[in-house]
Amino acid sequence: MTILFFTLILLCGAFSAGLLGSLTGLGGGVVIIPLLTLGFHVDIRYAIGTALVASIATSSGSASAYVKEGITNIRLGMFLEIATTTGAVVGALIAVYMPTNVVAIIFGLVLIFSSLMSFRKKTLYTEDSAKSKLAAQLRLNNSYPTAEGAVNYQVHHVPGGYFMMTFAGVMSGLLGIGSGALKVLAMDNIMRIPFKVSTTTSNFMIGVTAAASAVVYLQRGYISPGLCMPVVLGVLAGAFAGSRLLTRANVKWLRIVFSVVIGFLAVQMIYNGITGKL
Amino acid sequence: MKKLFSTYFRDKDIQQLIGKQLRLGVILSSAIVLVGGIIYLVRHGHEQPSYGSFTGVREGLDNLPGIWQGVLENKGMNIIQLGVVLLIATPIIRIAFSVIAFLLERDYLYVVLTLVVLGVIMFSMSGGLAG
Repeated sequence: MTILFFTLILLCGAFSAGLLGSLTGLGGGVVIIPLLTLGFHVDIRYAIGTALVASIATSSGSASAYVKEGITNIRLGMFLEIATTTGAVVGALIAVYMPTNVVAIIFGLVLIFSSLMSFRKKTLYTEDSAKSKLAAQLRLNNSYPTAEGAVNYQVHHVPGGYFMMTFAGVMSGLLGIGSGALKVLAMDNIMRIPFKVSTTTSNFMIGVTAAASAVVYLQRGYISPGLCMPVVLGVLAGAFAGSRLLTRANVKWLRIVFSVVIGFLAVQMIYNGITGKL
Repeated sequence: MKKLFSTYFRDKDIQQLIGKQLRLGVILSSAIVLVGGIIYLVRHGHEQPSYGSFTGVREGLDNLPGIWQGVLENKGMNIIQLGVVLLIATPIIRIAFSVIAFLLERDYLYVVLTLVVLGVIMFSMSGGLAG
């Protein structure tokens, strides 16, 4: 297999990953690592570096649209980025001392968790019980635009959310993924933020979180241009195509299929990690 | 003058500017990656890829002066890496940009919080952690 052929297949793979990731809301980065390691036998360290760069690309690309619409809570994002960036730096440090097969196993577990998360019920919190003093002091409470006008919301359990975000940051730095599922969990279930705000704010934060560990990985030689080129261009083109299709596609079945595929990849990663092949 | 700025830059305007900056960063960096990629494929497309065992990238691709040196020599790999560095810089520039935005809004609490985020990234960049 020549580099030209390798690049073209990788470009197609990354395009599909970006397309499915944006249609299902699971993010394209999650399948990049299994694609590179299981499909192309790329060392997991190169795969992590490549996936990080890909997640910065998709995050910044789609965040630009949501920020303009005013759905993203920039203050909340900025405050929680303190947690995710510190976590990401810690994660990138742990990665040096952690055997690659253990990284593969943890990655598989996070993948299973992410695919299960996509099936959870979206509960909407409307009651304004137990107002958080800290949230008011930090000016985190905000509103977002809907077809029926602006909807106000309150942010709850700030310390708990902050702690969960630090953990999401560690996972992001260790595994090279955006860990959007963990971020949404922290904002939806703990801080009780409306679904639309939590997904867009999480997406807004992924770029900065990934950049915090990417600067470490760049200096360690994990970020290889030959892999980044097809993956970044493919994922971006796929995500762009996905955002155009999104209004017309029936995503329910697609999400189920994609989650099953992710679950299968996760088991493969864990199996290869345990047998020491990764 | 200061008053003029703070009334001009309302929340919405800042969000518009951040959105534009992010989009510009992504478009510009992917264009550079594409140009570098074409040069790289024309010159090395017929060779064999070797990513099976980890050796780290070749010398000059893991630091800014090295990357820039290769760009001046028109090396495809280095031009791709320049685009990648710009992509990594895009959300970091967004943070720096937000410091100014919060300053104009006179939200000093968030000026400090944003500077903390920037500080964490600078610490991470400063090497020593590279291991």
